[in-house]
Amino acid sequence: MTQSAAPDIAAGRLRPDEIAANFEDIKPPLDGKRALIESSRCYFCHDAPCIEACPTSIDIPNFIRMINTGNTLGAAEKILEANILGGMCARVCPTEILCEDKCVRNTSEDKPVNIGMLQRYAVDHLMEQGRHPFTRAAPTNMRVAVVGGGPAGLSCAHRLATLGHNVTIFDARNKLGGLNEYGIATYKTVNNFAQAEVDFVLAIGGISMKTGQMLGRDITLDELRRDFDAVFLGLGLSGVNALGLDGEEQLSGVVDAVSYIADLRQATDKGSLKVGRKVVVIGGGNTAIDIAVQSRKLGAEDVTLVYRRAPENMSATWHEQEFAQINGVKIKHWARPVRLIGQNGAVREVEFERTLLDDRGRLVGTGETFSILCDQVFKAIGQRFVNDPVNGKARESIDLIDGKIAVNEEMKTSLANVWAGGDCVASGTDLTVQGVEDGKVAAHAIDRYLRGAN
Amino acid sequence: MADLRSSFLGIKSPNPFWLASAPPTDKEYNVVRAFKAGWGGVVWKTLGEDPPIVNVSSRYGALHSADQRMIGFNNIELITDRPLDVNLREIKQVKRDWPDRAVVVSLMVPCTEQAWKAILPRVEETGADAVELNFGCPHGMSERGMGSAVGQVPEYVGMVAKWCKQHTRMPVIVKLTPNITDVRKPARAAKEGGADAVSLINTINSITSIDLDIMAPTPTVDGKGTHGGYCGPAVKPIAMHMVADIARDPETYGLPISAIGGIANWRDAAEFISLSAGTVQVCTAAMHYGFKIVDDMISGLKNWMDSKGYATIEDFRGKAVPNVTDWQYLNINYKSIARIDQDKCIKCGLCHIACEDTSHQAIAKMKDNGTRRYQVIDGECVGCNLCAHVCPVPECISMVSVDTGRSYLNWTQDPRNPMRKAAE
Ligand SMILES: Cc1cc2nc3c(=O)[nH]c(=O)nc-3n(C[C@H](O)[C@H](O)[C@H](O)COP(=O)(O)OP(=O)(O)OC[C@H]3O[C@@H](n4cnc5c(N)ncnc54)[C@H](O)[C@@H]3O)c2cc1C
Ligand SMILES: Cc1cc2nc3c(=O)[nH]c(=O)nc-3n(C[C@H](O)[C@H](O)[C@H](O)COP(=O)(O)O)c2cc1C
Ligand code: SF4
Ligand code: SF4
Ligand code: SF4
Repeated sequence: MTQSAAPDIAAGRLRPDEIAANFEDIKPPLDGKRALIESSRCYFCHDAPCIEACPTSIDIPNFIRMINTGNTLGAAEKILEANILGGMCARVCPTEILCEDKCVRNTSEDKPVNIGMLQRYAVDHLMEQGRHPFTRAAPTNMRVAVVGGGPAGLSCAHRLATLGHNVTIFDARNKLGGLNEYGIATYKTVNNFAQAEVDFVLAIGGISMKTGQMLGRDITLDELRRDFDAVFLGLGLSGVNALGLDGEEQLSGVVDAVSYIADLRQATDKGSLKVGRKVVVIGGGNTAIDIAVQSRKLGAEDVTLVYRRAPENMSATWHEQEFAQINGVKIKHWARPVRLIGQNGAVREVEFERTLLDDRGRLVGTGETFSILCDQVFKAIGQRFVNDPVNGKARESIDLIDGKIAVNEEMKTSLANVWAGGDCVASGTDLTVQGVEDGKVAAHAIDRYLRGAN
Repeated sequence: MADLRSSFLGIKSPNPFWLASAPPTDKEYNVVRAFKAGWGGVVWKTLGEDPPIVNVSSRYGALHSADQRMIGFNNIELITDRPLDVNLREIKQVKRDWPDRAVVVSLMVPCTEQAWKAILPRVEETGADAVELNFGCPHGMSERGMGSAVGQVPEYVGMVAKWCKQHTRMPVIVKLTPNITDVRKPARAAKEGGADAVSLINTINSITSIDLDIMAPTPTVDGKGTHGGYCGPAVKPIAMHMVADIARDPETYGLPISAIGGIANWRDAAEFISLSAGTVQVCTAAMHYGFKIVDDMISGLKNWMDSKGYATIEDFRGKAVPNVTDWQYLNINYKSIARIDQDKCIKCGLCHIACEDTSHQAIAKMKDNGTRRYQVIDGECVGCNLCAHVCPVPECISMVSVDTGRSYLNWTQDPRNPMRKAAE
């Protein structure tokens, strides 16, 4: 039942104005009046449950009250003192499973205070004024190397600089920001916000950056540990999981979603990306949802996302699944890919086997199969930590748990002067906001270490 | 179905809802719209001597609640700025076209017998049902010896009421100013002067806000502001106290009252009527939402009366008056404590922090394996009510009475009262 024609993968499926409209801000910001109305819905709870649900513990009732009194700058400062990437978090946090999920307004009316949008309102207001609200403590003359300029690294660097230390950020890429710059869905962070935020973070002073510097290639951990007083690793996850199917590497049209998204994020003309007419996405997380929706927005006609377990097992939240469906993505559950079928070196079809849980709760195939015709297949079945740059040739290797860096509650690794945080550590929840918190916690631990060592 | 018809000083209206003397009743156009919408009566915007006064711009200030609704309203407008003739002609026309509605004319002229004697026959000629003497406006007119400048001196109130009774056969209503320490004094004076009724309250002296950019009060007139008259929902508690004071004062007991001040819905109206008001007057709520709010006032009051078995307004008018008393007669042995309905509680913690930080440390904050729980400590609760007021969930915290086993005892009888008169 193979398709005969050549695969239909093409750029420019939609008109430029359609592309532009498709990649606009999905949640347009609140204006002043809406912010006032929404902020008045907050009860100013005592010991507020929403604060507990924010990984960075932003004092939510306090900042919302400040918006309501017209003290928007104060609100922004309150947010940023807990979370220096409060602007990005406001755009990308799955608030439906974090702060807003715990808002007491859910109990009686199923409609939480829109914390994320209020947070964005306040931080955007401050950033538009082009000022940096914090000042640095007296210089300590201590030097800290931060490897990886994603959310974890930026947060750590900023807090260290605030505390008076000098920081150098090393990053393999050309731009800082990590997945804020290369991963987050385009319509969540429009107008080059990620770079504006990097500039905002660096405006504290005391942070120098070395981009295009890759740990394991241009620098080694041993050198950093020797040349700096402490090291923070915020490396993220640079490996992608493979399907483990024949033809995965050879057939054209089988694409790694994360790198495709990176290209999409960097492209000034989104319409220049080539996308299939019929697309299959395999996976169940953020990446799967984002690539499925973005292919639709690029003009793919038919996008089917296939996940091997139940809707509630997907790491993409119910809200994100709904968002994909609203955008015309078909989601199929309980099926796993078993065969890639190609023709003339290009993928044309994916065969899936239906799955279920056996009586011991393990995922098993039922033997029943079906296949989906396609022009393009996106793999989005998770990323993994690449250990080599860290442990490859090091004198002393770092402990790992489940393939990621092991840390204690202070984000300290098994090595004497090395801390780590964000997606690359074992405790990671793979959220931007968690990276920010990890970086902040680590910065304080490093500060205590440096001052104690004095 | 409850009957809302009202007869106040013999003035009939299909319901007790009148529009107070203010912009909504400034001219025929507005009043006709109000009658079409269903209002029972109007007190025409205050008339004065010609030439008409001149107003400034701007004129209004406001206090907003967090959700941007006006809860307090202030104005620096004066009485009508239209010629007397024009007003009288329109009043006559309206009364002729709407004979079943109450049309009362508000007046304010200089404090001389001649001035009142001159204007009263001209009003009478319109066929209006009554006059209301505006002794209330606290701004502008008072600087000219009128309005609250008269209302604040009981002897003047009595004197003018007397002149009016002498020079007209229309019923005379005296509108009282709240800008006075004891409102019973002008009310007594009005009664002694022969007034048929009092209406209250007029507006309260106020400055609603300062514009911090230009450092001037609002409303601002070319960089300067002045105090104005305050009204709207925020003044209702003050108005209620004043109405109750007159209702239970032995010297004015039974004097008809038309209540005014912060009335915005049927419930506000019912409360004032329970304090013996015969009619209620509305200004701010109409200026905020338009005349249509009378729909809810009519249907809400009817439905509530039906639910209570009251057939007419008279059935519940004044019913709350006997329960308004002085502090010293409250039962000191009565005890109530707060009860939290745990099923309704949304765990906002506001009751706890209010009681903990500012009151009696009587609400415990607990965590049953991760779940918040707020619980009243009965022994510590003094029944102050603070928690019930700060709780955002309706009927979540209630005050329940506790049987103390002790019978009624008031402060005059209490052995702990050092000033207690020895028992006879
Ligand atoms: C497609 C996609 C969509 C997502 N959407 C959301 C979302 O909507 N909301 C949300 O909360 N989270 C989302 N996430 C997750 C979120 O982006 C990450 O949790 C977060 O970025 C982790 O931050 P980090 O600093 O640990 O790592 P990263 O952001 O991955 O940053 C790591 C940095 O380290 C650098 N680096 C890596 N290896 C080396 C090396 N050897 N030498 C030097 N530098 C190196 C990289 O260049 C990069 O700049 C998404 C992730 C993906 C992939
Ligand atoms: C703009 C404005 C103008 C008013 N003008 C008069 C007036 O001319 N004569 C008068 O007796 N009361 C006047 N009042 C007072 C109202 O009649 C009424 O007593 C007061 O507003 C309280 O009622 P409320 O809370 O329903 O507004 C005025 C009030 C406002 C807001
Ligand atoms: S950082 Fe994210 S989780 Fe925390 S309050 Fe802001 S939007 Fe909510
Ligand atoms: S839980 Fe909701 S209402 Fe309470 S403080 Fe947080 S945002 Fe405000
Ligand atoms: S104020 Fe009301 S809702 Fe909030 S915790 Fe107390 S009882 Fe519960």
